Amino acid sequence: MKKRVLAIALACMMLLPMLAACGGQGGSTGDADTIKIGGLAPLTGEVSQYGVAVNNGAKMKVEELNAAGGINGKQIDYVVYDEKGDATEAVNAYNRLLQDDKIVALVGDVTTQPTQAVAQQAAKDGIPMITASASALAVTTPGKNIFRACFTDPAQGEILASYAYEEMGAKTAAVIYDNGSDYSVGLMETFESKAKELGLEIVAKEAYNTGDKDFKAQLTNIKAANPDIVFIPDYYETVALIAVQAKDVGLTCPKIGADGWEGVLGKLDASNVDALEGCYYSSQFTKESTDEAMQNFYKNYTEKYGEEPTMFAALGYDAMGMMAQAIGEAGTTDSAEIVDAMTNIQYQGVTGSITFDENRNPTKTVFMISIEGGEYKFAGTYDAK
Amino acid sequence: MNVLSQIINGLHIGSIYALVALGYSMVYGIIKLINFAHGEIIMVGAYAVYVMLVLVGTPLWIAVLVSLLFCACMGMLIERVAYRRLRNKNAPRISLLITAIGVSIFLQNLAQTIFSSSGKSFPNVMPQGSIRLGDAEISALTLITLATAAVLMIGLQLLVSKTKMGKAMRAVSEDAGAAKLMGINTNVTITWTFAIGSALASIAALLYSSAYPLVTPYMGSTLGLKAFIAAVLGGIGSVPGAMLGGFLLGIAETLAKGYISSVVADAIVFGILILVLLIRPAGLLGRNVKEKV
Repeated sequence: MKKRVLAIALACMMLLPMLAACGGQGGSTGDADTIKIGGLAPLTGEVSQYGVAVNNGAKMKVEELNAAGGINGKQIDYVVYDEKGDATEAVNAYNRLLQDDKIVALVGDVTTQPTQAVAQQAAKDGIPMITASASALAVTTPGKNIFRACFTDPAQGEILASYAYEEMGAKTAAVIYDNGSDYSVGLMETFESKAKELGLEIVAKEAYNTGDKDFKAQLTNIKAANPDIVFIPDYYETVALIAVQAKDVGLTCPKIGADGWEGVLGKLDASNVDALEGCYYSSQFTKESTDEAMQNFYKNYTEKYGEEPTMFAALGYDAMGMMAQAIGEAGTTDSAEIVDAMTNIQYQGVTGSITFDENRNPTKTVFMISIEGGEYKFAGTYDAK
Repeated sequence: MNVLSQIINGLHIGSIYALVALGYSMVYGIIKLINFAHGEIIMVGAYAVYVMLVLVGTPLWIAVLVSLLFCACMGMLIERVAYRRLRNKNAPRISLLITAIGVSIFLQNLAQTIFSSSGKSFPNVMPQGSIRLGDAEISALTLITLATAAVLMIGLQLLVSKTKMGKAMRAVSEDAGAAKLMGINTNVTITWTFAIGSALASIAALLYSSAYPLVTPYMGSTLGLKAFIAAVLGGIGSVPGAMLGGFLLGIAETLAKGYISSVVADAIVFGILILVLLIRPAGLLGRNVKEKV
């Protein structure tokens, strides 16, 4: 009997904190002087360099907006959670943002896979969501409330095939891509189909696995096919490794790539930068741009964080700016109204002037960057023909 | 010829596998421990060269010497701190194995804390240029890697078979108890084994980072695993076996990537390993020692 009483007492004690927690949640919604915008980013882990940059950009935009009076007089409260680049963690963090923090809009996630997982959930909840940098085509398809600030992979693949053929005069091309990455496969596929359409012959197509470090076997095959250019659709660390090994096997033709190349020179020691001489990549951001907003962003970011902004920082800055403008234009925190405002937005950002197409992907111009003498050079803007 | 180029590519990566495999094999031979922290020694060695060359700005030979000594000390330290007590207390072998995995994770996280997870670019310290062999082009880096690996392997073989220390190592590996009775200081011998294995890993780190110039906290794990497989393939505990295993693994991997499919290359390589072990359970050059009951 005594034991039973004790057990019940213990059970009650265990329940108490849960009840208290529930009560706490119910009471924290009444703060109407701020607008809560949630953020998701991998701030630690293997893809943290992207997450940290996007988050830095978004945070800087929030601070600038708040200093200028916020949105319609209300300060922005930006709550960001680290999802470590993991889809499950991202969905958990999203649920926490929605249920505990009661956010009105979401700026996130950063990489494709977690963003897709969160988008599935956000589409059901109807909350306005914009990802700064998830570029796979399928990211925005789950719902009309999912937007993105960056280019889609297919858009870039087409532009690059066209650029190689029209501007670089290539007649044959080779592709080396990561078979386990949606980003890489997505770019490879659209590059290939556009190349076929243009008459640019793909003479070699080699794959590798995510995390591979040794590409010499594939590059030796590509060298044997003797292409005019090599398309390397991957992120900068892998691009740096491929470029050095290409030099080692004697594959000297120009290489081209997409926005994942951003920062590639930082991954090559000065003694190795010649491996990328004469290469081109497409970007949504360049510090060589003469645009005034861009120059201010560049200066302020460098002052604030002590390092130069990357494309990811600029996209985070613009994603937050677009969401804030949409909330301002909607004049309310109602999800449907914000989504409406976002759909029809005309935004002037540091990554160009942006409108959305019917799939909520941005329409903007590409900046082409070339690498000469170990430095990035702005090679002009380019529109796909 | 393309095939010749691919075989040379295979020899290049294979000789690095072989150098690392030697470390696994020597330690296993002497204390029957699969030292999973060995892969991390490569990472430590690569960071050591990076720090000396790029951050401190020393000439290459000083950087290599520092990295060599640092790795050797690291190997000895790991043995002294993590493994010796367990060994002296006759802890079950699985405890040693788990400790080795623990050391490996500790070193990875330590490197991540110090250097962050983003990769550091390794400078190009090897001479440029290449020679032609028929249709195949062999870069200076490949030649240097092959030559260095060959010299080190021959040197190690001589050390094990001709010197007093090598004799002590072989004696301890044969029967540690009896070796002790014969007046061999087993602890010193084991410490030296770790030091030599780790020093070889530091050279492997330099060669590996010159070919794949990105130093990350996790670079040792896959490389270590492949080298471990090379050691098993050749017959773990055998010095020539580790070399043979390394070269075979490198060539098989490269040919699979070049001619079959890079996506299933690992599956093919592991398939070969399973086949070899089915036919020769002790590995290609391993001796099949029956446990006495």
